[in-house]
Amino acid sequence: MKNTNRLAFARGMRDGIPIALGYLAVAFTLGIAAKNAGFTAFQAMLASLTNNASAGEFAGFTLIAAGSGYLEVAVMELVANARYLLMSCALSQKLSPDTPLLHRFLISYDVTDEIFGISMAYPGKLNPFYSYGAFAVAIPGWAGGTFLGVLMGSLLPANIVRALSVGLYGMFLAIIVPPAKKSRILAGVILVSMAASFAFTRLPGISALSSGTRTILLTVLIAGGAAILFPHEEEQDEP
Amino acid sequence: MSHNIYLYILVMAGVTYLIRMLPLTLIRKEIKNKTIRSFLYYVPYVTLAVMTFPAILSETGSVWSAWAALATGIFLAWTGKSLLQVSVSACVVVFILELILL
Repeated sequence: MKNTNRLAFARGMRDGIPIALGYLAVAFTLGIAAKNAGFTAFQAMLASLTNNASAGEFAGFTLIAAGSGYLEVAVMELVANARYLLMSCALSQKLSPDTPLLHRFLISYDVTDEIFGISMAYPGKLNPFYSYGAFAVAIPGWAGGTFLGVLMGSLLPANIVRALSVGLYGMFLAIIVPPAKKSRILAGVILVSMAASFAFTRLPGISALSSGTRTILLTVLIAGGAAILFPHEEEQDEP
Repeated sequence: MSHNIYLYILVMAGVTYLIRMLPLTLIRKEIKNKTIRSFLYYVPYVTLAVMTFPAILSETGSVWSAWAALATGIFLAWTGKSLLQVSVSACVVVFILELILL
């Protein structure tokens, strides 16, 4: 048992490497936003360590820079991070029902787009130690990147930052494409998702919504539609 | 009224943590309803697809390097390459193409 946990942890660390690289680039630009909002490098790092949310932090820093109140910031976080509510619901079904509460509290600390993605791709039920392995690599990348962003501003060459910024998307593709190869329905759902997402950035009115809100709307509509039209036949994915 | 940055950080962290923690601690049983199960099965694929496209196109210095990264990523993922390989290849493609294009 101990040994399977150690293996899961190591596997999590390995899968955490591309996440950490992508985080470093995103967090770097986040640090610049934090600096503009009057944060010191330490405060920005603390915000990243305790929030682990790119859009939420960006939105928060912007409001703080504008001198908004605590309640406004709280509501903004609720809107910017609402998609994590859906992700945590899906993740709750990926955990074995007898997973202790302590593990649930700890996993909740870093449900991000990326960590969620690799967690759902984990074969069978999720071993919490897989998540901890990914945290151990990804969180220093995130917090450290924010810290460096405040300190060094625009010292890192722009072409390197741009190249690193597609790393997270590469990772998303590595998660969604292989299962789509095996299921035509899933491939169709993914294509529809991308096309609708593109349409949502163009449609008048809808394109004015924040990207977080658009993501929630599209997820509820498309995953809901797919669930009704093509109920998923469960494979026995017990380990 | 002057605001304290540490209090701001606490508010942000508190709200964000609750959003993530409540479903994971409150939904402890397996959901039996087939439609809800199917919905949750599709959630990650839809969310990640929606977040990838078209956002990736505006991440780089040129839409061509972004399209190349997208195509490379899909191709390598299709052929079963690992997360790290797909991710790093996409970065390298952008870096090299932008040396030529920009």
